[in-house]
Amino acid sequence: MSQATLEIRRISGHAGPAPGDGVRREFDVCKLIDTTTCIGCKACEVACLEWNGLSFSETTFDNSYQTMPETQWNYWNLIKFNEHEREDGTLQLLMRKDQCMHCEEPGCLVACPADGAIVQYVNGIVDFQQDHCIGCGYCMSGCPFNIPKFSPTARKVFKCTLCVDRVTQGLEPACIKSCPTGCLHFGTKTEMKQLAETRATQLRDQSGFANAGVYDPPGVGGTHVVYVLHDATNPEAYGGLPRNPHIPWTVKLWKSPLKWLGNIAFIGGLAGVFVHYLRFGPKIVPPDEETPPQGPESSRGNEPQQRGKP
Amino acid sequence: MSATPILPNGRVLRYSFHERLVHWLAAISYVYLMLTGLAFWSPWLFWIATLFGGATVSRELHPWVGLVFVIATIMMLDMWGRQMRETESDKAFWRAIPHYIRNEDEQVPSADRFNAGQKMLFWGFFWCGILLLLSGLILWFPHLIPWNLRYLRYFAVIVHPAAALLTIGLFIIHVYMGTAMERGAFGSVIRGDVSVGWARRYHRIWYEHLLRNVPAKK
Repeated sequence: MSQATLEIRRISGHAGPAPGDGVRREFDVCKLIDTTTCIGCKACEVACLEWNGLSFSETTFDNSYQTMPETQWNYWNLIKFNEHEREDGTLQLLMRKDQCMHCEEPGCLVACPADGAIVQYVNGIVDFQQDHCIGCGYCMSGCPFNIPKFSPTARKVFKCTLCVDRVTQGLEPACIKSCPTGCLHFGTKTEMKQLAETRATQLRDQSGFANAGVYDPPGVGGTHVVYVLHDATNPEAYGGLPRNPHIPWTVKLWKSPLKWLGNIAFIGGLAGVFVHYLRFGPKIVPPDEETPPQGPESSRGNEPQQRGKP
Repeated sequence: MSATPILPNGRVLRYSFHERLVHWLAAISYVYLMLTGLAFWSPWLFWIATLFGGATVSRELHPWVGLVFVIATIMMLDMWGRQMRETESDKAFWRAIPHYIRNEDEQVPSADRFNAGQKMLFWGFFWCGILLLLSGLILWFPHLIPWNLRYLRYFAVIVHPAAALLTIGLFIIHVYMGTAMERGAFGSVIRGDVSVGWARRYHRIWYEHLLRNVPAKK
């Protein structure tokens, strides 16, 4: 992978096309997370903080191993621990590394009004450019995974970059590098999907996980982070992984039909009043109506009229 | 307090200083809100934010100016709310609206201080203002909305622009009629007075009440 991966395929709030759209023969990158071999060691959490130099934040204890309830603006990578009771009454400790999914159809980017604040590179990475961010938080409404987080001090939104700075130098993301069990993999989307399917087949055929499968949700055009799950029919059990994530319909309605309806109405309204003026002209009081008032009132003095409230 | 409605200059006072001040408080804050809002509405209009100090400044100030507009709207409700109530003559006005559009004002029924169109403008802005306030508060602090209340955000992102579009439609008509179309109307909201002929022609019920020294309904 070369510097060319920094060519931009899609730009938020941008008038006109993106410079890298359809130009390069680049392959998509992908992170594979095999939840079945994760041991919850949190090396990935630490590696993320270290590589990105993020400020430290308070952890919270809620009777589990989980560091905090959800990712934060300065904590982009969080393992979600879930005690799942199976139908036969046995417990299963599900551990899922939560971070940005780098959607092929990113809801954050669609919702963002600021030119260039969110970009999607040709390699599939969705990256926030905080110097262009205006802090409106629309990306938080567009994301179906609850990933973008607002920093009250910087007044900007932050999230996982998929270590774009490492990837463009031919390195794998920091979390991948740190994983001791090999449950994290990084490569092209095609390779990772093959590896994931192979593992899911192995889980189904040899390990007794009949519902094992790969999580690559089509509702957001697929993601550049895919999971292998023991039970792909119940992703919610893995700390609220949505079953069928999609961009909220109100965001889609706002960004497409309402936008066109509004633009047509706006231009139509301006054109309408202009044409009215050309056709009918102004309302002008005829001079012969400008006669002084008749009757008793004109005989009174010149006191000012009662103003405002009686 | 006796009074003739006729000012020393031979004209009729239509809007008091207080009314004009509140109108322009609302007008100036609305124009700022509309222009910065349009900058966030479309990438093709994003440049407008540059005129107001950039998009980050616009995002920070837009909600505060929105509060100014809300205060001005509440003051207008206090000033004009009762006068904006619908009356029988309003229905006759709407039936005669084709005449009004064609400037055949002799065939338009007499109006009180505000005609039916002005009442529509007022209540349109009022109810859209409430929607804009409610959705705007959510959009002001999206990071304070927890994930399980995210539907509030989904509601706000569609309601805010939809209500704003309705007000822009009203705004275009209002500005057109107040400046280019109805000669004399703009002066009434700047200097406060209108000619006798103007008052008689467009708001005869109000004018006749003034002549009979009946204060306008508050």
